[in-house]
Amino acid sequence: MYEALAAPTRRAILDALAASSTEQTLFELLNRLRYDHQVTLTRQAISQHLQVLEEAGLVHRRRSGRTVLHHYDPTPLVQIARRWPVSQEES
Amino acid sequence: MIRIHLASVFVTDQLRARDFYTSVLGFELRQDVDMGDGSRWLTVGNPGDEPFELLLEPAGHPVVGPYQAGLVADGIPATSFAVDDCQAEYERLVGLGVEFTQPPTAMGPVTTAVLDDTCGNLIQIAQMNAPV
Repeated sequence: MYEALAAPTRRAILDALAASSTEQTLFELLNRLRYDHQVTLTRQAISQHLQVLEEAGLVHRRRSGRTVLHHYDPTPLVQIARRWPVSQEES
Repeated sequence: MIRIHLASVFVTDQLRARDFYTSVLGFELRQDVDMGDGSRWLTVGNPGDEPFELLLEPAGHPVVGPYQAGLVADGIPATSFAVDDCQAEYERLVGLGVEFTQPPTAMGPVTTAVLDDTCGNLIQIAQMNAPV
């Protein structure tokens, strides 16, 4: 998971996914990255980044009909907060 | 001068496409000729007398299936239509039972949404936003 978060591009992908409450197609995600995060990626590049994020449990994908949808899952980040708790005063 | 007068999308069912592109999307039926081989020469256009036509082409060729499947899996539209108000069109179409793979979303100079045409394609609708 730490490696997945280490790359700025993958953090931008998480930003783009987290920006919407609905699941996103690859097409929508690429456009959001381009216009909202100034990150232009090829289809191959984003697929590789998404795979790393999926393996870390930060992104899930599912098939809806004939279309693949992606969403962000913050669950793995909860483990970080458990390990190094942040008190209310500090946060 | 060369001008675009025809563009096409492949449709898996021409009769369903004729209904969807006219009754649901609101285009005008222009040509509908039975070719005698189970296919039709089927075009629609913008309401009014603009010469431009969209050909709803039969998807019989074996490469069309994988082509459409690949685009749809990644959410990529086969083509894009202009709308004045993306949110209003989205709500109108959802009310008619149209399914969207992307709700209206601001994408730089445009606001876009992506819908399923029920004939094998995703279609983008795009509204040009006023320059800031």
